[in-house]
Amino acid sequence: MDKLVAKTPCDGLLPLTVGSVTLSEEEAVTIHSISPLKGKQKALSDVLKAAHGMACPSANRATGKAGARAVWFGPAHAMLIGPVPDVALMEHAVVVDQSDAWTVVRLEGAGVEDVLARVVPVDLRSSHFKRGHTARTPLFHMTASITRVGENAFQIMVFRSMAKTLVHDLRRAMEGVAARG
Amino acid sequence: MRIDGKGLIDRTQSIPFVFDGVGYSGYSGDTLASALLANGVRLMGRSFKYHRPRGVLTAGSEEPNALVTVGAGAAQEPNVRATMQEIYPGLDAHSQNRWPSLNFDVMGINDLAAPFLGAGFYYKTFMWPKSFWEKLYEPVIRRAAGLGALSGQDNPDKYESAYAFCDLLIIGAGPAGLMAALVAGRAGADVILADENSRVGGRLLAESYEVDGKPGPVWVDEVLAELASMDNVRIMTRTTVAGAYDQGTFAALERVLHHTDRRPNGAPLETYWRIVAKRSVLAAGALERPVAFRNNDRPGIMTAGAVRAYLNRWGVRPGRNVTIFGNTDDIHRTARDLLDAGVHVAAVIDSRHDAPLSDDYEVLRGAQVCGTAGRKGLEAITVRRASGEDRIHTDCLAMTGGWNPSVHLTCHMNGRPTWRREIEAFVPTPDAVPGMITAGACNGSFSTFACLHEGISAAESSLSELGLKAPKVAVPEAEDTPYVISQLWAVPGKGRAWLDFQNDVTVKDVKQAATENFRSVEHVKRYTTQGMATDQGKNSNVAALAVLADATGRGIPETGTTTFRPPYAPIAIAALGAGAEGAGFKPQRFTTSHKATAARKAPMIEAGLWYRPSYFPKDGETTWRQSCDREVNMVRQTVGVCDVSTLGKIDIQGPDAGAFLDFVYTNMFSTLKVGRTRYGLMLREDGFVMDDGTTARLGETHYLMTTTTAAAGEVMKHLEFVHQGLRPDLDVSFTSVTEQWAQFAVAGPKSRELLNDLLDTPIDDESWPFMACGPISVLGVQGRLFRISFSGEHAYEIAVPARYGASLFDILTKKAEALGGGLYGMEALNVLRIEKGFITHSEIHGRTTAYDIGMGRMVSQKKDCIGKTMSERPGLEEPGRERLVGLKPIGESRELLAGAHLYKEEAEPVRTNDQGYVTSVCYSPTLETMLGVGFLADGPDRYGEVVKMVDHLRGVTTLCEVVNPVFFDPEGGRVRG
Amino acid sequence: MRITCPYCGERDRREFYYRGAAVDLDRPAPDADEAAWDDFVYQRENPAGPTRELWYHEGGCGAWIVVTRNTMTHEMIDVQLASEAQE
Repeated sequence: MDKLVAKTPCDGLLPLTVGSVTLSEEEAVTIHSISPLKGKQKALSDVLKAAHGMACPSANRATGKAGARAVWFGPAHAMLIGPVPDVALMEHAVVVDQSDAWTVVRLEGAGVEDVLARVVPVDLRSSHFKRGHTARTPLFHMTASITRVGENAFQIMVFRSMAKTLVHDLRRAMEGVAARG
Repeated sequence: MRIDGKGLIDRTQSIPFVFDGVGYSGYSGDTLASALLANGVRLMGRSFKYHRPRGVLTAGSEEPNALVTVGAGAAQEPNVRATMQEIYPGLDAHSQNRWPSLNFDVMGINDLAAPFLGAGFYYKTFMWPKSFWEKLYEPVIRRAAGLGALSGQDNPDKYESAYAFCDLLIIGAGPAGLMAALVAGRAGADVILADENSRVGGRLLAESYEVDGKPGPVWVDEVLAELASMDNVRIMTRTTVAGAYDQGTFAALERVLHHTDRRPNGAPLETYWRIVAKRSVLAAGALERPVAFRNNDRPGIMTAGAVRAYLNRWGVRPGRNVTIFGNTDDIHRTARDLLDAGVHVAAVIDSRHDAPLSDDYEVLRGAQVCGTAGRKGLEAITVRRASGEDRIHTDCLAMTGGWNPSVHLTCHMNGRPTWRREIEAFVPTPDAVPGMITAGACNGSFSTFACLHEGISAAESSLSELGLKAPKVAVPEAEDTPYVISQLWAVPGKGRAWLDFQNDVTVKDVKQAATENFRSVEHVKRYTTQGMATDQGKNSNVAALAVLADATGRGIPETGTTTFRPPYAPIAIAALGAGAEGAGFKPQRFTTSHKATAARKAPMIEAGLWYRPSYFPKDGETTWRQSCDREVNMVRQTVGVCDVSTLGKIDIQGPDAGAFLDFVYTNMFSTLKVGRTRYGLMLREDGFVMDDGTTARLGETHYLMTTTTAAAGEVMKHLEFVHQGLRPDLDVSFTSVTEQWAQFAVAGPKSRELLNDLLDTPIDDESWPFMACGPISVLGVQGRLFRISFSGEHAYEIAVPARYGASLFDILTKKAEALGGGLYGMEALNVLRIEKGFITHSEIHGRTTAYDIGMGRMVSQKKDCIGKTMSERPGLEEPGRERLVGLKPIGESRELLAGAHLYKEEAEPVRTNDQGYVTSVCYSPTLETMLGVGFLADGPDRYGEVVKMVDHLRGVTTLCEVVNPVFFDPEGGRVRG
Repeated sequence: MRITCPYCGERDRREFYYRGAAVDLDRPAPDADEAAWDDFVYQRENPAGPTRELWYHEGGCGAWIVVTRNTMTHEMIDVQLASEAQE
């Protein structure tokens, strides 16, 4: 009997450690894009809080914590990462499954900000970009979502099909930083 | 030629290096220039045009003469300034622009031909015959004139780009920059202090000044230690800020590994920084000007500031018998430093009649150097006084014509510097770069005290604009000598007096340009090439325009400067494009079937950023046509599988989704039934076709739009624009789901048989008629099925979440092969669609309307839509327009070519007789002939007519019959069967 | 050049796609006369001074914005969301 087998976007590419920084894949995450209907922002936030324990993120912010996070993705979108969305959300928002659309990786370790400074044109130093901050910005040539999830840890999302380029570009940046010692 | 006890070099660390194959040794802290001088080497290069022997002129990045090639083979780096190249064990440097050797250069003959090689020589001499320029003159000139060469091989070095942000960027770490950094650092500002040198300090390292009662370098080290202890201050040495751009953006080049031969894995040789600063302080210092006099370019003639730098910073005795010439008190400062170090000063020649006198050395007041002798190194100078000319033996002449503030960055945003008469120099015009304050020597304030003072006040002003409180910092005690200068640009007399050493431009050249009525400084620059070399005339431009001003009878401010543009110092293209070579050039998008496809050795073609298979070669197939023909027949006869995941998929939902689609598509979508798919056409606002594709209605307020692969990004942008910019009243949202779903076309008479083997609930014509769509369960996974066809066959597209894509592809392949079918690629897909007359962006190329492609009736008359009004313009529907047709070869030649033009059979194939053109062609294995699609004037009215296809480039002429573009199965029975 | 996205803040202009004059927002009624449509689709000023342009934060949040800037001084004068900028 034939059976469909699941593969992650970074299958065979990660984890990768260069110097003090490690790049690993956040595997098998459930991701849904949530876009509030007109005039339903507040109601949506209430339902999100009741069902999943976090408010709707305002611009450039992420709410929730590891395992259940809502990341601002643009004026019309937030990404609910972790929980399967409660059906009550659908009354106030358009909910679209994006679980397979994104490569989700974690970049972590001492010097991680220096690595990202090689590929991201936004100031990600902890004085300016704190835990719970998120940015939609390019990562080298790719449109990405970057969220600080720890003192020395970032969650990075790019399109699924670009997983190989993501690893290529980050590896290069990691090597450049590590080689400076 | 070192002087005991002098210099900031580490004499415990001896460093061996090689120049032109000869081994030398220097010390840690040496540059190549200082180490060579210490070894008695004065001849370091040959000049650009005349191949004159040249030595080092300066001690900084402005160096025009001492350019060398570092390394050999693929990694060799040409035009490296010896004054900036730090030595390291194993450094291998070579002189340039000489053959066979630096000492004996055959092209030195050019120097004898100098009378013929003046300004405008190329323009005047190599005019005729015209054809000789490209084949003869230019190659010969290029070989004779030039600097270093690239290896011609791939550069093995790595380069890096990076971003940095700060409150305050301080450019230059001399006394002004250090003070600014100290004040801003203590105030808690986020500071970047950048300096192109390997260590901070600027002129304080090169002079014998005291600051705050301590030797300059000691004071520098103390400040540096405090700055280094601050988390909010980032010190970037070996980093040249090369450009100032809008809104506080700066470009800077960091030379990361040029000072060592270590190349740790992945380490960048250079890093190209983009720095964004809220405010900036320019403390870039000043560059010393040489004086133009006859033969002022001999090795051994240096700027006075360079002589002091070699003496004080590197402990190098610049000569045994030094002479000094100039027009400011710097010549006396130079004399004192040399005498203090025990170097013999042969003469001090001060052009000023009221020059100060000295008890320690003789001062020749009101005198000028008017000539020199010594072919490969200075041997003597000629001094002219009222009493006559004297010859003085000397091996080193220190000269100064005053200082030019480094105003360059203040001019990068169109600013023009201001002439300040009392210092005979250009200074920055305030606010030339928004947010930038200038301080110290680059501001025309030359004393150490003034530099320190202005550094503090620049920091205070910047901090106040940043909303930070400046701490009280007193100006350290330091020399505050007034700067007294009298004009001295060029010493009158015969012979060649050099202005631009690097491009071999003399006073005579500039004067000749003026004689020939070149008056604009920009024209003179280009005619004489003054300031156009890699040093951009840093130490010659001002003198050149002073000569021009004099020759044209104008003042210097009226003559004006040429334009300073970025970069301040040369930047390798490799650094500008760092990371974007090879796989970093652009993102690569791979489908979930990529590995399996590659395993079958399918050649890939790029479609936008995606990689798609051209065809799947089988054993024994030697040409793409064999594979393609087989794949087409396979789809027509059994079943084929093709990954179509790359097509754009946009999820459109909301109460107003239908109304929105009616507005962006020409045809109606609000009336489409749930569970059905419709072909849609999108126009631009000017009425021409933008894109096409199918849109499925998955629910009452839920649609799924597909776009062509290449236009997916454009269409998304368009939808967002129409929504946000034109119809924000509509409650609708878009989500790209291109990446969420792996989607495969399953096409051919056996497609349903294949699918029913996988679907958890089998389908039939009733449950899934043509254009049906909806959710399905495939092997226990929730997916989607669309009965759509781009081949004209009974076909489906099946979609599953992308994590299952690779797996489903393998299963579909296996099942298709079991049914006598298999995989097909882009070539077969293209043939299948041409056989059916389906269009792609070859046809909707931006200049065709719905009417032109035979879809005029798809523009609904019941509603408004983007592009509708303009599509109804009279000119877009009138007779004579080129419209879509099919073409079949009928004559002797059977060849059709895309891009060829169409003519009446009897007409001469010239532009005025042009009737249309061919957009797509293929060989159809189904119909066993070539087929073409193209646009022909009044095409659909001319079916049956014979036209002539002419490809002028390839010389092919083919007679064609004009036919309906749907070549195969025009009734469409197969797609519904 | 840096552009301030109303959502994301100040960003390098390379994050943005440039469309052209903000005239594109002022779509005439379908039955407006030929001159109105000609102005809308084809006629563009080339001002030496303040100009209103449409940019798309393509590398970021996906907002269409109207940027007013001075082509002579490069000064950024104003930014607003296209969805709120219709006159």
